[in-house]
Amino acid sequence: MSATSVTAHAHVDHAAHHDLGFVRTYIFSTDHKMIARQFLFLGLSMMIVGGLLALVVRWQLAWPETAVPGLSNILKETDGILEPSTYNMAFTMHATIMIFFVIMPILAGAFGNFCIPLMIGARDMAFPFLNMLSFWVTGSAGVIMLSGFFVEGGHAAAGWTSYAPLSAVPSYTGVNWGQNIWCISLFIMGVGSMMGSINYITTIINMRAPGMRLFRMPLVVWSLFITAILLLLALPVLTSGVAMLLFDRTLGTNWFRPSGGGEPLLWQHLFWYFGHPEVYILILPAMGIASEILPVFCRKPIFGYHAMAFSMIAIAFLSWVVYGHHMFVSGMSPALGMAFTVTTMIIAVPSAIKTFNWLGTMWGARMQFTVPMLNALAFVSMFVIGGLSGIFMASTPVDIYIQDTYFIVAHIHYVVFGGSIFGAFAAIYYWFPKMFGRLTSPFLGHVHFWGTFVFFNLTFFPMHIIGVGGQMRRIYNPMQYEFLQHQQPWNVLITASALCLGLVQIPFVLNFFASLFGWRAGWFRVLAHAVGALVAGATILVFFSSLGYGKVLFGIVGLVVAVVVFAVSRRDTAGCGEKAPLNPWNSNTLEWTAPSPPPHLNWGATIPTVYRGPYEYSSPESKEDFLPQNVPPVGAAGARRH
Amino acid sequence: MTTLTVERPPVPRRTNGSLPPVPPHRGGGDGPDRDPAPHRPPLDNVRLAMLFLICSEVMFFGGLVSAFLVLRVTAAVWPPPLQPRLPVGVTAVNTLVLLGSSVAMAAALQALRRGDARALVRRLGLAAGLGSVFLLVQGYEWARLVRFGLTLSSDAYGTTFYTLIGAHAVHVLGALVWVAVVALLAARGRFTDGRTGALRACAIYWHFVVALWPALFLAVYLV
Ligand code: HEM
Ligand SMILES: [Cu+2]
Repeated sequence: MSATSVTAHAHVDHAAHHDLGFVRTYIFSTDHKMIARQFLFLGLSMMIVGGLLALVVRWQLAWPETAVPGLSNILKETDGILEPSTYNMAFTMHATIMIFFVIMPILAGAFGNFCIPLMIGARDMAFPFLNMLSFWVTGSAGVIMLSGFFVEGGHAAAGWTSYAPLSAVPSYTGVNWGQNIWCISLFIMGVGSMMGSINYITTIINMRAPGMRLFRMPLVVWSLFITAILLLLALPVLTSGVAMLLFDRTLGTNWFRPSGGGEPLLWQHLFWYFGHPEVYILILPAMGIASEILPVFCRKPIFGYHAMAFSMIAIAFLSWVVYGHHMFVSGMSPALGMAFTVTTMIIAVPSAIKTFNWLGTMWGARMQFTVPMLNALAFVSMFVIGGLSGIFMASTPVDIYIQDTYFIVAHIHYVVFGGSIFGAFAAIYYWFPKMFGRLTSPFLGHVHFWGTFVFFNLTFFPMHIIGVGGQMRRIYNPMQYEFLQHQQPWNVLITASALCLGLVQIPFVLNFFASLFGWRAGWFRVLAHAVGALVAGATILVFFSSLGYGKVLFGIVGLVVAVVVFAVSRRDTAGCGEKAPLNPWNSNTLEWTAPSPPPHLNWGATIPTVYRGPYEYSSPESKEDFLPQNVPPVGAAGARRH
Repeated sequence: MTTLTVERPPVPRRTNGSLPPVPPHRGGGDGPDRDPAPHRPPLDNVRLAMLFLICSEVMFFGGLVSAFLVLRVTAAVWPPPLQPRLPVGVTAVNTLVLLGSSVAMAAALQALRRGDARALVRRLGLAAGLGSVFLLVQGYEWARLVRFGLTLSSDAYGTTFYTLIGAHAVHVLGALVWVAVVALLAARGRFTDGRTGALRACAIYWHFVVALWPALFLAVYLV
């Protein structure tokens, strides 16, 4: 009987869902899962823009002042050759877009919206309308940011950090409205993120299902909770900063302009006071995602659940007192620099605690190397490299030498790409079945993962070397410096790898859409896999030919690789686009108890009740190797009957 | 299949995003082995959300005020010579006006609790009126200062003064619009059915905007 009533209820909801019509269902939706998908699409589309900008930057560094392929139509006056001002614009906007409109929307926006209600057992966010507004405000900020490319004078070009007075006086860069739009867009983005974070925090505090105590919450919810608190408190500081910068530029105020009694250093303080918490905003959700995925595919409980939660809390507190490590050479008193060195070293401790707990989780486990698991493992290992290079830079004497070099760029990318983006990929592969109700292709997933992992390291690891060798970040043409010329082969290798890194994202896109639309057994799936295989082969061709080796030889190798890969793929196309079962990974957390994809209001007549923590894998209490949070303990009074 | 219609449980009605209390659940409850107990939050969603909004706003003004203090402390002479002095006396009185509006708002909430709809509307109106008086007086003083030559771009003194006080004024203006809307809704008989979230949120915000002012007054006019 109860089963029928549940289906009946689901049916009611389903009908109600459809009655809303296209606009209310897909565009102005208040459903947290639809908003999550919207954030995901926003982030992934912006990632294409940000990625292409990065390739433009890389082209200039490897083959300076040669025409960038494909840009001759856009940069007509120079025939596709980058000028210094265009180059500055490209790296500024690459970072701005990636940080504010790719990682934040995907990790905090999409997975925050998707995971929080489903994993704490709530039917929706505390304020669904505010939630919708938060997406549309953030989305408009994104559109405004993109519009800056089309204004007179070009887009902002003072770096994503927009140091004053370079950014405060239009004539210094020749950029007028671009920088203003940068300020306006980030201001609006700040408002959108505030709406979202208020919603997240309220939901987590007030709307947990019966039995979902704070220390039974999945760690990804913990991480999003802490991220939301950091967002809530850090973003307003940036908002106030960009407002002042905008006023300096448009109303003639004197916040950052020394000529009128202002103080340029003030901008750096405001920016980094926001900026350091911001980098933890970028990494914490990925840490939570890894903590979620590792136990599932190790079939073991997470090692040190409480230590994991408390180390994130410690990171949240410490992240307010380390920001000075970005300003060691800005004229800081050495005593203060010493203090910041110490606090920065201390913040590595909770990060290390987390790392060792991940290793402890893996210790002795029989791991299942699924695509989400591989990405989570990449997250852990790459984050270690990024964290370690952070320790180098935290030490003032070392940093005085390597600040503003490619060593910093390597660090950034090991934590933000190796950390946050691998975390995002892990999350997409892991939750795709629940989010869209379809399974993804493991084959395309593997091609994408291994390609990304290899070319990521080939792209970013050599940056440590050329950084220590003295190559400054943000320079237009390294060949102009005699002491850098011998490093140019490294720059070529990096760019070749970066091009390939871009290329191997094609299997990801194919996988995403082939699975999403569920074109099973049809020509589309075969085509998707064939193209995936071809990309794998073509990548080899591109890699070696851009290093100057014979095209024909590697063309043949590439072709052979493509054929082999395709032959393998024919056996491994199962799953792609098939309807996802309720719990494809045998996980414990509550989202896997809702249908795939979950209907409006997530569950039928009753929400689940929680009896235990989220990581009871291989528990002796259960015959299977997992024990979902909502299954009543054996023999407990009032155990569910149906 | 038609019998399904009879068995449909009622579709939960949404109130302010949250759902009505979940019906007693098999397996829930308060006994020792029925561990999961439905919790009752100490602060409801609206209060909690407003609390966090205020935290966020405090950080925003924190950014502005600390930037102001940096410029003020590093300046050789403050206020700079040949600049008009700020009207401390008038503004002190104006501060009292604004504080009065907060009292009116508290009284309005009391009327709400008593269920006195007419007093509610009247007191909301009074709060909005006092808030408007505050803004008008501020505007008048601004106009005078501009005439005496203190502008946004004159130097750090003008910059900080107008940005800080202007940011507060924009907040008061936004809050005023909110109070006005709520008062209109109250006059139309809303908030009588227990769904008072918008009104309570508005009151909390108004108190915040008022409470912010003495701090700014102290920092900008008095110190
Ligand atoms: C163990 C933890 C970490 C330590 C000790 C550390 C230390 C540092 C230091 C000292 C700098 C300044 C270098 C300079 O400009 O001379 C820096 C820059 C940076 N860090 Fe980290 N970091 C850590 C983790 C992270 C994480 C997790 C992220 C992001 C997810 C991150 C993102 C960045 C970024 C984006 C910059 C460059 C900012 C810029 O100048 O554009 N860091 N880090
Ligand atoms: Cu930092």
